[in-house]
Amino acid sequence: MMSGFSYQRRGKQIAATFTGFEADLLRSLAAQLIELLHDEAAMPQQAVDPLEALLDFSGPTTEPEDPVLARLFPTAYQHDEEAAGEFRRFTEGTLREAKTAGAGAIVDALEEAGLPPELREDGLMIDVELSHPEAEVWLRSFTDLRLALATRLGIEEGDEDHWDQLDDEDPTGQVYGIYQWLGYLQETLVESLIKAT
Amino acid sequence: MGHMSAPSPVELDEPVTDDLTMAATPWVTIVWNDPVNLMSYVTYVFRTYFGYDKKKAEKLMMEVHTDGRSAVSSGSREEMERDVQAMHGYGLWATLEKQTGR
Repeated sequence: MMSGFSYQRRGKQIAATFTGFEADLLRSLAAQLIELLHDEAAMPQQAVDPLEALLDFSGPTTEPEDPVLARLFPTAYQHDEEAAGEFRRFTEGTLREAKTAGAGAIVDALEEAGLPPELREDGLMIDVELSHPEAEVWLRSFTDLRLALATRLGIEEGDEDHWDQLDDEDPTGQVYGIYQWLGYLQETLVESLIKAT
Repeated sequence: MGHMSAPSPVELDEPVTDDLTMAATPWVTIVWNDPVNLMSYVTYVFRTYFGYDKKKAEKLMMEVHTDGRSAVSSGSREEMERDVQAMHGYGLWATLEKQTGR
């Protein structure tokens, strides 16, 4: 289950090959993130005219209840609730859209590379080739996915031993394995992007 | 991308105690440590978003990692709000605050 991204000097692309199972798993994680981002969704800002913009109170001003969303959209002012609310009102909608689009780009790229709507056949391999800007989008979205899994698992600084000791049959341990796999993919993606620069 | 809102890369390496600088740039963007983001990724973000060189980006990343937080850019409140929003876009835990004299 371990082959990450690499930079292809000839085509100037960043490439990875996934098994059908891995591609299907990535798609499912990205789709779950999109669903979560749509939940409690902030209304998109449509700056029409200045008066309307002034009267637009549609963006959220308080921290999302879901811990994953609270981590993806942190409070920007620690000691000023009003400023924090204002910041959130003007930024959270845009950030949600960007993160939704990023996860959507992963789903689209995997399907364009041949991942069927429902994975049935064994031995399917999915080759993904990304341009530099596309790879940056994947990189950011991997961060969102890792933050989401880490928040659900309750990962803390320096607790690797706890997770490594979990039994293979433990579902939490399996999710941790997916989290580590995403970390490996991200590490190889960073390395490839540095080579491509 | 390619956006450079911070002053020239060398500037932050020196303690900002100059009164004039204080008056002109009273806000800072703080990036906080988290158990998730990879050191290589955080360094990469500092290099690509702020345009810092490798050495400076790694120094700031290590500060985040060992001190729990690091002031990664300074400027006007509006500029820092832009930087904080960008950091949230990258999944880094960032806040802004008024620069203190330390």
